[in-house]
Amino acid sequence: MKTLICDHISKRYEKGKYALSDVNFSIPAKGIFALIGRNGAGKTTLIRILSTQLLPTSGSATIDGIDVVEQEGRLRDIIACVPQEARAVGWVTPKQFIVSYLMWRGFSIKESTHRMNEAMKRLGIQKYMDSPNRVLSGGTKRKVLVAMAMSSEARILFLDEPTTGLDPISRDELWKTLMKLKKDHFIFLTTHYLEEAEKLADKIGILEGGKIMALGTMEELRRKVKYPYSIKILSKTGMIKPKYGDIIRGVDGQYQIVTTESEANRLSKELIDRKVRFSMNPLALEDIFYYIVKKPIEEEQYEDEEKPY
Amino acid sequence: MKMKRSLISQLNASIMVNAIYAMINYPIVLISTLLAPFSLLIVITFVSRGSLLPIAVGGALIMTMISAGTSLQQDLSHLKNDFKVQDMVVSSPTSSWIYLVGMALSEIVYSMPALIVLAVLAALYISSNAAGYLAIIAVLAIMFVFSVSLGFILSTYSSDIVQSWAFSGIVSTIISALPPVYYPITFIPLPFRYLAYISPATYAAEIVQNATGLISFSNTTILIDWAVIIIVSAIVAGLAIKKSKWRED
Ligand SMILES: Nc1ncnc2c1ncn2[C@@H]1O[C@H](COP(=O)(O)OP(=O)(O)O)[C@@H](O)[C@H]1O
Ligand SMILES: [Mg+2]
Repeated sequence: MKTLICDHISKRYEKGKYALSDVNFSIPAKGIFALIGRNGAGKTTLIRILSTQLLPTSGSATIDGIDVVEQEGRLRDIIACVPQEARAVGWVTPKQFIVSYLMWRGFSIKESTHRMNEAMKRLGIQKYMDSPNRVLSGGTKRKVLVAMAMSSEARILFLDEPTTGLDPISRDELWKTLMKLKKDHFIFLTTHYLEEAEKLADKIGILEGGKIMALGTMEELRRKVKYPYSIKILSKTGMIKPKYGDIIRGVDGQYQIVTTESEANRLSKELIDRKVRFSMNPLALEDIFYYIVKKPIEEEQYEDEEKPY
Repeated sequence: MKMKRSLISQLNASIMVNAIYAMINYPIVLISTLLAPFSLLIVITFVSRGSLLPIAVGGALIMTMISAGTSLQQDLSHLKNDFKVQDMVVSSPTSSWIYLVGMALSEIVYSMPALIVLAVLAALYISSNAAGYLAIIAVLAIMFVFSVSLGFILSTYSSDIVQSWAFSGIVSTIISALPPVYYPITFIPLPFRYLAYISPATYAAEIVQNATGLISFSNTTILIDWAVIIIVSAIVAGLAIKKSKWRED
């Protein structure tokens, strides 16, 4: 029963292009699912459809057997959502805001206060409990919202970019909290930090241009890429043509070769002989992301551009 | 196991966020809401040398109900567009009508200071019988339902603050500037008098003015007045439940 099934979901905003096209997948509705993708990939659109804020243009989804389009009332009993641009209301304090949210869900004021205290403690933000939200730092504001969602009885939490804008230490703290929460929750989060997906998620989905490009555990995603090793050429020149493998361009615009272990060894010797600076690593999630989102560069293309030989 | 949810808590949450906490954290809002209905009341009273005071008090009560809807529209648009509160509430067990009723009550709480002063003035200066007072209270309740329902619908359609200002500007002019709530409708020259009947507030004002005993309308007129405000409010309230943009499409 604990399954999330997206059944051919498409979404087209008024007069717009498709923000989601035929999103179709099924994952266990437990642990953490991380949806990664660049800005505009459609992450928020998907999270808003699944959390019953937005109707899809076609298709549907079920969570624990509950249809998000037809049975939204039943689903709303078990979900909580922190929207991407949500902010804790400016004129109230975190304490007042979380207590009100829990009361909206139907908890007594006493129970709400108790749950609010627990959640604030867990995220280490009790000391801000009584300052107006408008004076809090951006990171603390995000944490207040996560505390809000986790303090509820909802088993399913939708968090749209929960760590965007957090400093590395705060992010680390939030990760720890999420790792604890996932034991008895299903957390559906979006992020553009690949590291975050790799650290937290049981399953990762890669969304690009409204399409799911790949989905699976970290191991499964690794296997999508035929080659386990990556060589990054650090010098401006000195591109080398592998016998086996693909050439992709990373985030920094540098070319990198993905290839087999033995070919990587052979290439590295050749590069050393040619005195070309390079680094060699097992494929990281980032490489996989770029491999999946941007298909390998065709040979002619780089030959024209930079004449690697 | 399904959790038992307290409706009282759910309504209270809206009242706390939108009224109580705002008043506690910014006491200045108390003064502003207290003053709001009195400007026209004072002008009319002075200009009429006191003779229209009872009617102006009735008018101020109606206006307080109508501005509850305008404020509701602005408050909810602000919470929705600038804080994404509506999205958070949609993805929760709080239904649109629980949110609407709670927020509507919050506007009453917010107008409490003004309402108390007006109620005292009404008790002092409006001399009517029990039926008359009852009629006034019923009219106020109906106008409240009308204006908060309208405010709620508009708030769910507004996507930013500029739009929300435009909504309240248009609504204030048509619903509250046009109708003769603070003075008798006969003060408006004839061709323009018909224009006032666009607003349900005019019908409400006729009932209240009739109840004060200072101006009397025919029984047929009063009957029509009741019919209009009841039907219009029922339609708008129905639309608020059915046609608000709660889940977007
Ligand atoms: N309300 C809207 N109306 C029209 N287009 C929208 C709306 N919201 C998002 N879009 C478009 O849909 C696409 C996906 O957006 P979004 O789901 O916000 O992506 P992400 O969260 O991955 O950054 C983008 O091209 C965006 O411009
Ligand atoms: Mg987004």
